Amino acid sequence: MNRLRLATAWLDGCSGCHMSLLDIDEKLVELSEKIELVYSPLVDFKVIPENIDVALIEGAVSSEADREEIFILRARSAILVSFGDCAVTANVPGMRNKFSLEDTLSRSYVENATLGKCIPLDNVPKLLEYAKPVHEYVKVDYFLPGCPPPAGVILSTLTDLLNGRLPAIEGKTRFGA
Amino acid sequence: MRYPAFLQRVADLADVQPARVLTFSINGQMVSAREDETILTVARENGIAIPTLCHLDGLSERGACRICIVEITGSPKLSPACVTLARQDMEVITNSERVMDYRRKILELLFAERNHVCSVCVSNGHCDLQALTIELGMTHVHYEYLHSKHVVDASHDRFSVDHNRCVLCQRCVRVCDEIEGAHTWDVMSRGYLSTVITDLNQPWGESSTCTGCGKCVQVCPTGALSEKGKSISEMTKKRQFLPYLKMMRGEEKT
Repeated sequence: MNRLRLATAWLDGCSGCHMSLLDIDEKLVELSEKIELVYSPLVDFKVIPENIDVALIEGAVSSEADREEIFILRARSAILVSFGDCAVTANVPGMRNKFSLEDTLSRSYVENATLGKCIPLDNVPKLLEYAKPVHEYVKVDYFLPGCPPPAGVILSTLTDLLNGRLPAIEGKTRFGA
Repeated sequence: MRYPAFLQRVADLADVQPARVLTFSINGQMVSAREDETILTVARENGIAIPTLCHLDGLSERGACRICIVEITGSPKLSPACVTLARQDMEVITNSERVMDYRRKILELLFAERNHVCSVCVSNGHCDLQALTIELGMTHVHYEYLHSKHVVDASHDRFSVDHNRCVLCQRCVRVCDEIEGAHTWDVMSRGYLSTVITDLNQPWGESSTCTGCGKCVQVCPTGALSEKGKSISEMTKKRQFLPYLKMMRGEEKT
């Protein structure tokens, strides 16, 4: 039996959505027999593979690296799901949007720092002016709001996709849940 | 119906029928109403649900949010049910695909205009705006966010106002004027620059008219107005007092 090729990505978020995914608990065993996790912070693949069936995207698009990752994931995934409030609305990462990038970086790395006061430029991806939701860059097929989305809703969404059904999400989760 | 004072005596003497009764249909269901009743009132009297945001029982209507829009056969535009009076033989449709689509768009625009971050809001889980997203099936915002710059005023001893979460429903303005009688709150500027202000745009803590009654906080539909030092579970709004206060003042606002 062909297993569903699942990818998950962690952009600008707290990883809470991935924690909620793990909160499926014992059902994960059942689920793992039907899916193949081909790319995720939970496994050790460094390169985004081709032919992904479903990609769950956690976090807002906040840096150049996030933007690059999301374009590749979109190109290689049949179904792309905005996974949690940061991906759907920019949520907490988006709270920096009303300040200038310079002010944000200065606040973090200079004003509130005690040692090594300087804004890092090397070996870190450049921040974009705004943290934005995923669908402002690429087409998103399904939206799973929630901070984080409840484990049961993640399970039912994956189960629906595994069975070739349209995920019935509406009313089961909400912004800020 | 309340007549102007100089006519009231005449009306009392003449025992005039206060309002004509008329009939019309909502979603194909025949209903009857007084001519001074709005579509929203009649719909609710007949168990027909119309979602609202700026409306609150006990306060005058403002028609500020447009969530309650309905279709009236023969009219090309959509009409707000809370401020549109019933008319004889009109045909009202409250739940057409077009109406639902526009309601969702209005809701999305409210989210795009300000910075509503539900996950870190004191009203998370008991917010009228958040509840509407579920009721209207809104899963995301199709528009680009404005990333507008708004401030938080925590100068008052007991309350704070976070303009990022304000939907400009003017419930605070109305309750302060109509129930408390202080008229501390008002609205400044136009369009998306509109902001609720205290007095002449002074910090709330320096307001000379605010009585500190907290009614504005209780009627606010979102986390824009909150009590300081209250956690999410404690900051539930209590609105039951409004109809009683209105009755005690013997006022009749429709």
